[in-house]
Amino acid sequence: MTKLLNNRLGQWAIGTALASAMAVSQAQAEEVVKVYNWSDYIAPEVIEQFEQETGIDVIYDVFDSNEVLEAKLLSGNSGFDVVVPTSFFLGRQVKAGVFAELDKGKLGNYSNLDPMLLAELNNVDPGNAHAVPYLWGTTGIGYNVDKVKAALGQDAPVDSWELVFKEENIAKLASCGVAMLDTPSEIMPAALRYLKKNPNSSQKADYKNDVAQLLKSIRPHITYFHSSQYINDLANGDICVAVGFSGDVIQAAARAQEAANGVHVAYSIPKEGAAMWFDMLAIPADATNKDNAHKFIDFVLRPEVIAKITNFVAYANPNEASLGLVDKAIRDDVGIFPSNETKAKLFTYEVLPQKITRVQTRVWTDVKSGR
Amino acid sequence: MLAITQRLPQPRNWVTAIPFFWLLLFFMVPFAIVLQISFAESEIAIPPYSSIVSIEDEMLSFNLNLGNFLMLLEDDLYLVAYLSSLKIALVSTLICLLIGYPMAYAIARAEPRVRNVLLMLVVLPSWTSFLIRVYAWIGILKNNGLLNNLLIWLGVTDEPIHMLHSDIAVYVGIVYAYLPFMILPLYANLLKLDNSLLEAAADLGAGSLRTFFSVTLPQTKAGIIAGAMLVFIPVVGEFVIPELLGSPSTLMIGKVLWQEFFNNRDWPVAAAVAIVMLSLLLIPITLFNRYQLKEMEAR
Repeated sequence: MTKLLNNRLGQWAIGTALASAMAVSQAQAEEVVKVYNWSDYIAPEVIEQFEQETGIDVIYDVFDSNEVLEAKLLSGNSGFDVVVPTSFFLGRQVKAGVFAELDKGKLGNYSNLDPMLLAELNNVDPGNAHAVPYLWGTTGIGYNVDKVKAALGQDAPVDSWELVFKEENIAKLASCGVAMLDTPSEIMPAALRYLKKNPNSSQKADYKNDVAQLLKSIRPHITYFHSSQYINDLANGDICVAVGFSGDVIQAAARAQEAANGVHVAYSIPKEGAAMWFDMLAIPADATNKDNAHKFIDFVLRPEVIAKITNFVAYANPNEASLGLVDKAIRDDVGIFPSNETKAKLFTYEVLPQKITRVQTRVWTDVKSGR
Repeated sequence: MLAITQRLPQPRNWVTAIPFFWLLLFFMVPFAIVLQISFAESEIAIPPYSSIVSIEDEMLSFNLNLGNFLMLLEDDLYLVAYLSSLKIALVSTLICLLIGYPMAYAIARAEPRVRNVLLMLVVLPSWTSFLIRVYAWIGILKNNGLLNNLLIWLGVTDEPIHMLHSDIAVYVGIVYAYLPFMILPLYANLLKLDNSLLEAAADLGAGSLRTFFSVTLPQTKAGIIAGAMLVFIPVVGEFVIPELLGSPSTLMIGKVLWQEFFNNRDWPVAAAVAIVMLSLLLIPITLFNRYQLKEMEAR
């Protein structure tokens, strides 16, 4: 070792090796943005376009539940530069100091966003300081049109939560397969709405008695709980009903159409009302590429870019300037852009106290395990 | 004087210090961190729990919150999940032993050239990712999967048999994934089996069954225990296999831990669950250590 260090050539070699290693890592640090988004939630061509225009490499990873994202964010050093939490999770995360403040000066396309929506999101993120809305959707019912008709007849209540929450209905659907999101925070508000209660109830009894009883009664007829698998299964005809996210179901419909496999999938927002949620683009406070993250967010705020994403994933966007660029079929789909009448019945999620979350999880475990 | 120099660390003891250092770094330190979290309170922050040590007015105080452990007692969910995990681990270990022992025996008795090939066949699958191997079982067990298609083709059944997302699928996955951990220590043990003892048993007129149970089996006790520990301990905390192959009613402590951590974002309770699980696992480990000590003294 001493010999090597005394050797000038050796020193020089080590020096240059170190220097070049540092140069490489610096160059990488300048050219990377690490994005953590929901699965099936972007148009791949958009990422390519961003990489070509800016020379910044996009390292893209996906999740399928807010809980997983939140655990990473709360551990600190998530390693991501752009993340996409849903607004009601974001509200709590902002309080925990998870996100960096956005530099609006770097977001030239910010003015494209719907001011009404921004005002509403003020509740979860005061002053819209930490996040911009990305896409929004609803949690409703996806179904296989022919199979549901075969099971329940011509007037199957596909426009109502009765389809899945009324035992006599779901019992007839069990043989062709029923899937539900594996998240109490999505299913329980819908169940409460069906029971004509406050979907954001803070009453323990509502969950322990009413919701538990309802879900246990339909539990034997549910094939599985999963938050992303139903897209493929609906498209392939492996299941006939799924309580899921609007755009995911519509993607399933598109996949079935592409495959021309005779499966006809449709989405409905139940008439009793359903949850409407917003997914937000935000930058973790400890992100290492904040500049690139701003560039990425600003790129997504471009009308033509977000229009491409909406066309691809079938979720509505809050970018007013983009609506003219969205395909007519998507724009006219009331499952994606609901009518004002339907919109009036939609509700949003609120941040619930920890003890209520715990009751939800507990009831969910009992329901799922059939205890 | 001599006594003191003897007590000072000798250079050759430094070698044994390495494993101790390893244990300290990768077992004791993480354990201390988890233990500390289990006495904290959850809050909305990074990280999402309170500090148990606080300094106020020059007073150093420890705030130990026992609520997390008490909560585990209040709700029978945790007890049921622990018991269910122990049951699944126990049954899987037994199945692994029943399948693994004859396999290890056959490999150890095979010709040296064949032996290496057979050993490779046992180890080779573990070269692919654990996750991919578990996913492969989904492809085999699902309703429209390999196994059901084969059974339908053979005419054994008309309707696909529901196998995936059941307790049976969990056992299949666990036994498959952990079998090498049972075979390898057994094989090492069986290889050292003293042949002259077998010959002696045969000379004295013992049948092959009797020889096996009174000569072979007792000699491989250490291998059986080592293999059983290597399977049992990780299976108790197994999360991936029941999550991918099991039904929602497969209740295991790994899943409960996941829910505490992710759904309830209650790290302190999750840590308490982990501490209790570890304590449960310490019982078989201590028993094993005692047994080993006794064995060593006997020699």
